[in-house]
Amino acid sequence: MGFVADLFRNLGAAFVGWLSGFLPPWAVALVNDVAVALLLLTLALLIVLYVIWFERKAIARVQDRLGPNRAGPAGLLQNLADAMKLLIKESITPSGADRWVYNLAPILSVFAAIMLLAVVPFGAGLIGEDLNVGVLYIVAMGSLGSMAVLMAGWGSNNKYALLGGFRVVAQLLSYEIPMVLAMLSPVLLAGTLSMQGVVAAQAGGRWFGVLMPAAFLIYLVSAVAETGRSPFDLLEAESELVAGFHIEYSGMKFAWFYLAEFMNTFTLSAVATTLFFGGWLGPFVDRAPVLGVVYFAIKVSIIYALFTWFRATLPRVRIDQLMAFAWKVLVPGALANLLLVAVLAKLPLPDLLNSLLILAANVALILTGLGMIGRSLRLQTQRRLAQG
Amino acid sequence: MLLQAIFILVSLATLGAALLVVLTRNLFHSALFLAASFFGVAALYVLLEAEFLAVVQVLIYVGAIATLIVFAIMLSRGGVQRGVPLFNAEWAIVAVGVALLGGVLIVLLTQVAWPVSQAAPPADLIARLGQAFVGPYVIPFEVASALLVTALIGAILIARERE
Repeated sequence: MGFVADLFRNLGAAFVGWLSGFLPPWAVALVNDVAVALLLLTLALLIVLYVIWFERKAIARVQDRLGPNRAGPAGLLQNLADAMKLLIKESITPSGADRWVYNLAPILSVFAAIMLLAVVPFGAGLIGEDLNVGVLYIVAMGSLGSMAVLMAGWGSNNKYALLGGFRVVAQLLSYEIPMVLAMLSPVLLAGTLSMQGVVAAQAGGRWFGVLMPAAFLIYLVSAVAETGRSPFDLLEAESELVAGFHIEYSGMKFAWFYLAEFMNTFTLSAVATTLFFGGWLGPFVDRAPVLGVVYFAIKVSIIYALFTWFRATLPRVRIDQLMAFAWKVLVPGALANLLLVAVLAKLPLPDLLNSLLILAANVALILTGLGMIGRSLRLQTQRRLAQG
Repeated sequence: MLLQAIFILVSLATLGAALLVVLTRNLFHSALFLAASFFGVAALYVLLEAEFLAVVQVLIYVGAIATLIVFAIMLSRGGVQRGVPLFNAEWAIVAVGVALLGGVLIVLLTQVAWPVSQAAPPADLIARLGQAFVGPYVIPFEVASALLVTALIGAILIARERE
């Protein structure tokens, strides 16, 4: 029972113990690091297979269809088949494309997406590397992704791809700011940038997402925009740009972009879970750490389902609405939230009162924000009616 | 031993990318090599166990500055297709300046006795950095903040006048 209670760490310890039997310490460390890296890489691909299946099924249900249901039970093997098909397709480089840039872009895109997994805490002690700058690392690696999309847009030698690339810069850079500001609020309360540190600070059910719903909502909206998913999928808007930056990509190169997109969505759900919903924390997790992985998976699935729901129901926004929303609503909201939390967290009050104050301030912020948006929309409508 | 090998590899990659920035005739490629060079510098910071600096280097130089440069090049016409000449009329003056700077740097690096600490880096580096920013270095920190805010307000003003 004791072995199962902390299954993953015990397996790791057993593996290290077995290695130390015949390898010097530095080789053990090296093999261990390589094994963790390979494990994360495999995990990334497996997660994406499952996640794409889930998304196709869920969206199909919303649209009153069945979704994939031929390959394997409930269509579970459909994505494996699709991946095989993409793998054996011809690798095409369009004439006039910037060969190196064109071929490097999908690789860089996946590189950025997989590097993010290194700091995702799957459970107690189950993290690739608990960097003491974990949260900042996620933001930095995320910004590499926009570079990859720019390279794809430029290297394809295609007008639609280039337009997609321009939109990426506008959208990703704009939404990065509110996202970082929203991520700062939990960091401020936890007093650390380490992902495991933020999880530990939420022990006892003090989930930051419950304390600071405004920060969570701002993060959620910016995360959807950062992954370029509907309703913010302007960088690939099918009806305007055909497919945007990846218009010239086919076969496996296209699959890399597809993989990176779903990988990023998964990672941002995992980050949301970690920063706002206590990560792997849950009942009895201190006695049986293996439960942490289950809790983490459940929480991430719920947030991922939320992303899928958005995608299935919301229509695409216009580019000017998109930019206006980022700069006029999300950035001021995130700044106000950060200021409120910074001041309230430092008040010399008992913990409970402090938490309640932060919650009240956040709710007030959401209501004020919604009120102001409503007023401005009404004013716009009136002005338009007055002009005839 | 291993660290030394990694250091040499990373340094070679960084310097090679930096050299290619000035040697390629394609402006877009230059910008990408610049990003690669910035990334190499981040790797050097990791080797120095300065994770915060490494992450900030990627975030600001690769994520923001290089992206901005690439964007500017993508928006400007010409130059990219034809390729830009490697030399212009002022190359002799620049060469003298570069030679002077290089000489000064070489003298500095070889003549000054740089103190080397044998102690392991402290664990709470970020906390110390933060305290240093709002403690002894608060004035430079605030000046930099004021400069950034001024730039931000200026950008918004310029954008508004066009409307």
